Amino acid sequence: MIKQKTIQILPIILFTVMMILILNLSAYAQDLGDSVFLYSRTTVIILLAVFSSAVLLYTKWARAGKKLFIRKIAGVDAVEDAVGRATEMGKPVLFIPGIADVEDIETIAGIAILGRVARVTAQYETPLRVPVRYPMVLAASQEVVEQAYIEMGKADSYDKDTVRYVAGEQFAFTATVNGMMMRERPAANIYMGGFFAESLLLAETGNAAGAIQIAGTARPEQLPFFIAACDFTLMGEELYAASSYLSHEPLLLGGLKGQDFVKILLVIAILIGTLLVTFDAGDWYIDLFDVP
Amino acid sequence: MRTTVPIIVAFLAGTLMVVSFFFNPEKIWIGDAKDVALQWMTIVGGFALVLGVVSIVRVNARAVQRKSEGWFYKLMTVISVFAMAIPAMMPVTKESFGGSIFYSIFPESWMSVLGTGSQSWYDWLFTYVDAPMMETMFAMLAFYIASAAYRAFRARNAEATLLLFTATLVMLWRVPMGEAFLRLFSENLPGYINTYVMGGFNVAVQRGIIIGAALGAASMSLRIILGIERTYMGK
Repeated sequence: MIKQKTIQILPIILFTVMMILILNLSAYAQDLGDSVFLYSRTTVIILLAVFSSAVLLYTKWARAGKKLFIRKIAGVDAVEDAVGRATEMGKPVLFIPGIADVEDIETIAGIAILGRVARVTAQYETPLRVPVRYPMVLAASQEVVEQAYIEMGKADSYDKDTVRYVAGEQFAFTATVNGMMMRERPAANIYMGGFFAESLLLAETGNAAGAIQIAGTARPEQLPFFIAACDFTLMGEELYAASSYLSHEPLLLGGLKGQDFVKILLVIAILIGTLLVTFDAGDWYIDLFDVP
Repeated sequence: MRTTVPIIVAFLAGTLMVVSFFFNPEKIWIGDAKDVALQWMTIVGGFALVLGVVSIVRVNARAVQRKSEGWFYKLMTVISVFAMAIPAMMPVTKESFGGSIFYSIFPESWMSVLGTGSQSWYDWLFTYVDAPMMETMFAMLAFYIASAAYRAFRARNAEATLLLFTATLVMLWRVPMGEAFLRLFSENLPGYINTYVMGGFNVAVQRGIIIGAALGAASMSLRIILGIERTYMGK
C-alpha cells in the first residue's frame, strides 16, 4: 500500500523538481537575447504551472473521496448500448482508433477508449474488429485489447487478429475498411481518434450498412461529417474525457474537473482581452499571450 | 513491472518534451530533444513495420487458405505487398549492399527496373496502379458529401432549417456563378457571408472546439506523464 502510494507520488515530486530546475537554469542565463532559456515562453510556464496545479489539486480531492460532478456525455454512454446491440444481433463491433500514428495524442485517446470497449466485448464475447493504419498503433492496440480480455477472464476468447494492420495508404485503408463494413455488416461502428478526408467515406458507408455509429475526433474540420453521418459524436475535449468517463475512476475524473477549472480561467482571460481590445488598450495583453 | 516500466518511460519522455520547449536548441542539447525523439520514433516505426507486414500476410493468407468470401482479392493484396516491396528493396548497382552477389546471379539489365527510380517497377506500379486508385477513392468523396448533405440539410425543425439556409448561402458564395447570383440582391452580400458567417460564427465555434480540445489533450498528456492515466495500457 505504502509502495503503491510512493509510486503515485514520485512522478509528481519529480515533475515539480523538473519545473524548479527550469526556473533555476533560467536564472543562470546571463544574456536575455541569446540565453539558454527561452524567456519569450515564460507565459507558457506560468500557464503550465496553473494548469498542472488545477489538475493535481482536483485529482487529490477526488482521491480524498470528494464527490465531483461530471456532466453526462451521451456519445460515451451509447458505447455500451452499441456493443449490447451488436451482441444481440450476433454481429461484430468495428473500432477504428483514427488513422494518425501513435505519437498523436488523439490516437492515444482512441486506444484508451478501445481498452474500455474491448472489456465490454470480452464480457459479452462479441466479435471485435480493429483495423489500423500504422504498425506502432497495431502493437499498442493489440496490447490493450489482449490486456482487456485477460482482465475480464476471457483470455481464451482473444484472437490475435482482432487488431489487424490493413494498409499504410490513407485511401487503401479506407477502401479496406469500407469493404469490411459492407461484407461483415458490423452492428456498431466506433470511430475514435484522428481522422482526415476519409472520415465521411467511412461514416457514410457505415450508415449505408445500417450500423449504429459513434464517432469522436478533436479535428473541427472533420466534425461536421461525423455529425451528419453518425448517431453520436464526441467533439474535441469529449474524446479525451471519454476514457476517464468510461473508467468511472474518481482519480481520472478529478483530472477532468481540473481541466474545466482552467477553461473557466481561459474564458475570463478571453473576456478581459475582448474588452481591452474593444477599448483599444489590449496590445500589451496580446503580447503577453504571443508565444513565438 | 509491466506497468511500472511504461509509466517511467512515459514520465521521462513526456517531461523531456515539455522541458525542451523552453530551451534554446542552439545553446543546449535539451532544446533539440524533441527532434531527436522524433528521429527515434521513425527508427522504431521502421522496425515495427515488420509487425504490420506479418499481420497483413497472416490475416489474408488465412482467408485465402479457407477460401472465404473474396479470397481472390485477399490473394491480390498479399501479392501486391510483395510486388511493391521486393523490387524496391533490391540493390540497384553492384556497389549497393549485396549488389555484387545479386548481379552475379541475375542479369545487369535488371538494374534499371529495381529500386525506386523513375524507370523502376515500383515507380510504374505507384504511378499507374496505386495513385489512380487513391485518386478514385478521394474523388468518390464528392458523392458521399452530396448524400450526407441531403440528410443533414433536411428542414425538420427550426435549427435544421437555419442550417439549410446558412449552408445554401455559403455554397452559393463559394462558386462564381452563385456569387454572381447573390450580387443580384446586394453587391455586399458575398462580403457579409464571408465576414459574419465564415469569419464570425464559424470561426468562433471552431476556436471554441480547438481551445477545448487543446485543454483536453494537455490534460490527458499530464495525466499520462504523471502516471494517473493508465488506460492507454489497457489498465
